[in-house]
Amino acid sequence: MYTQSFNVPDAPGGKAVAPVPSKEDPALQAAFDTRIDADGRIEPQDWMPDAYRKTLVRQISQHAHSEIVGMLPEGNWISRAPSLKRKAILIAKVQDEGGHGLYLYSAAETLGTSRDQMLEGLHSGRAKYSSIFNYPTLTWADVGVIGWLVDGAAIMNQIPLCRCSYGPYARAMVRVCKEESFHQRQGYEALLVMMTGTAEQKAMVQDAVNRFWWKCLAMFGPPDADSPNSVQGMRWGIKRISNDDLRQKFVDATVPQAKVLGVTLPDPDLKWNEERQHYDYGQIDWNEFWETVNGNGPCNKERLATRVKAHNDGQWVRDAALAHANKQKARSIKEAA
Amino acid sequence: MTTELKEWPLWEIFIRSKQGLEHKHCGSLHAADARQALEMARDVYTRRQEGVSIWVLPSAAITASNPDEKGELFDPAADKIYRHPTFYEIPDEVGHM
Repeated sequence: MYTQSFNVPDAPGGKAVAPVPSKEDPALQAAFDTRIDADGRIEPQDWMPDAYRKTLVRQISQHAHSEIVGMLPEGNWISRAPSLKRKAILIAKVQDEGGHGLYLYSAAETLGTSRDQMLEGLHSGRAKYSSIFNYPTLTWADVGVIGWLVDGAAIMNQIPLCRCSYGPYARAMVRVCKEESFHQRQGYEALLVMMTGTAEQKAMVQDAVNRFWWKCLAMFGPPDADSPNSVQGMRWGIKRISNDDLRQKFVDATVPQAKVLGVTLPDPDLKWNEERQHYDYGQIDWNEFWETVNGNGPCNKERLATRVKAHNDGQWVRDAALAHANKQKARSIKEAA
Repeated sequence: MTTELKEWPLWEIFIRSKQGLEHKHCGSLHAADARQALEMARDVYTRRQEGVSIWVLPSAAITASNPDEKGELFDPAADKIYRHPTFYEIPDEVGHM
């Protein structure tokens, strides 16, 4: 359920990624550039510039964190799902998000960072994750809207990442994208069902759309003009389509879906532009976006606290599994002796 | 005596998608031991019936070729086109061979 070109700087103070034997050899750099220019792929053992490695570690770990934190807003609704069917679907979806986090952490680890380092970054609040998860899920309709719009926006973003120049990231994204389509469709279908219900249920859907629409547009990241990292990301084949172009694709795809669903999108400036052959849309509140990214959204503290508590509560399980593994190992050595 | 583990080691996961096909590498995960790695691989990599069999292997046990030696290792095969059937011209009247 990830989002955005979430390549925003983490807060300072983090341990640097294990440095590659730094041989910024011009010949190696030239070979790397040639491969990138030929749309080739980079694999973990290949030489790569430090900055490429660091950018990927930051982006992939933020992406992984987003999947993991993304389990929380929806997880809140598992016990309150309106039917057994919806509950089973929601559990499957939340489990997928956990799986996506694991694929991505593994991809990041191929770059020389460790799982523990990344978790420490997340739990200390230093590492960023997608801002969208710092908003509350107030009603059941929010669960549907997250599937339809948040996952819909994520898919727009993730499909080009399947062609990312870094092999392990691209392969993880192929797997994620296959599963993501179920997420969007189940959300949209849940909303379709609600829209056949009472006036109150319909109002609930509209209210959820009103609250999430603008935040979904912000998920694509700052406008191209304010996104200096994007240019380098494009050069390296990490990013394939600009933030604004992805946002436009999302708007164009979503307007007809909203019409079928029978909801309005809360933007008076949203209208078809015959000349551009795209929908025009209004101004995004970037101050609110950055406030949330920087830790001051409505749920930042709660999300982080829940995540840290879950990790700490699971410590004894990790310890026990390790103790068991060590004991088994000692026993087999003794038997062999 | 081997050193005692401090954190869960990394395992490489191979899945056979159906009977008759080979096991294929699909990713990696952390687990305390091989049995746990199998259970976790089931949950992480086969939630949609992607597999009928799983292999797990400690990542540390893999010996990989060095990308810097790619030339020495693989270039010798590049000029041996006579190893391919298309190198040989056979009269059309022979038909499929």
